[in-house]
Amino acid sequence: MRFSIYRFDPDKDEKPYMQDYDIQLDPADKMLLDALIRIKTVDDSLSLRRSCREGVCGSDGMNINGRNGLACITPVAGLKEPVELRPLPGLPVIRDLIVDMTQFFKQYRSVNPYLINNDPPPETERLQSPEERAELDGAYECVLCACCTTACPSFWWNPDKFVGPAGLLQAYRFLADSRDHATAERLDDLEDPYRLFRCHSIMNCVDTCPKGLNPTKAINKIKGMMVKRTV
Amino acid sequence: MANRIVTGAHYGLIDWLAQRVTAVVMAIYILLAITLLLISSPDDYSSWKTIFSNQWMRIVTLIFFLSLCWHAWIGVRNILMDYIHKTSIRLTIQVLVIFSLFFYAVWAIEIMWG
Repeated sequence: MRFSIYRFDPDKDEKPYMQDYDIQLDPADKMLLDALIRIKTVDDSLSLRRSCREGVCGSDGMNINGRNGLACITPVAGLKEPVELRPLPGLPVIRDLIVDMTQFFKQYRSVNPYLINNDPPPETERLQSPEERAELDGAYECVLCACCTTACPSFWWNPDKFVGPAGLLQAYRFLADSRDHATAERLDDLEDPYRLFRCHSIMNCVDTCPKGLNPTKAINKIKGMMVKRTV
Repeated sequence: MANRIVTGAHYGLIDWLAQRVTAVVMAIYILLAITLLLISSPDDYSSWKTIFSNQWMRIVTLIFFLSLCWHAWIGVRNILMDYIHKTSIRLTIQVLVIFSLFFYAVWAIEIMWG
């Protein structure tokens, strides 16, 4: 199988370049990550992040034939050859397919992605009704792989100010949580022409999410909550 | 001053909402205008003049133009916020956009009532 992979080692290379590989895959190499590990047996200088190899840790996000995705859950069968692999767009490249995720996590932290509840802790758990719990479906499953945020042009243009789809999905996850008591503060923080309203609903995030989540829907629900409290 | 990232303007909802409402207003007006033009099919200056001599037509058209200006302001400002990152240049272009939209609105009034 033929691959064309983005290579850049800041210690050696002046400029990034694309390197071609022609690799004989094993029948057991079902996923793109298997193929990449196969390539590493030939060329161990190729650098990439990976950990759980089953789509849970979110480490191996990359741009696969022009679309962001997780290598470990992308089947090699059906990929157009040569398979063009690039690092996630819009973030600084550290080396080869590894990007610097600092800006992404900065935005994630900025939405206070944890439960805020100043009531005294109850004897048992803070209980939710099945309906309240169902509100969180589609909001809590995010693995923070950054595929959506780095596919978003608004994040490319304003990565320092726009929270991005992943961060906003997390913001909604806590706005939707019946146990969270900071709804007003969270909405105040997001009501900003940059932090939230850079989203123009082009839905690249929905198109790209390897977990099949819908950040645009969550963002629209945040806007809906703001309309509800203002109008 | 160090290059601090400043956000937290605490506005944006009304603009976002206004963009949607003005879009609906314009869509309704365009449907109305097309229907009206199909019915009366004006083919010379005087028949156009007759359509716009109706005070209601003028008022509805003015609402359309104001919606258009408001909608355009929000849209153009969004584009400027996306692509023009130097505050002084962005502010200058924004002021120019406001002046030109104001000019167009006054011009529309002048055409209809002048």
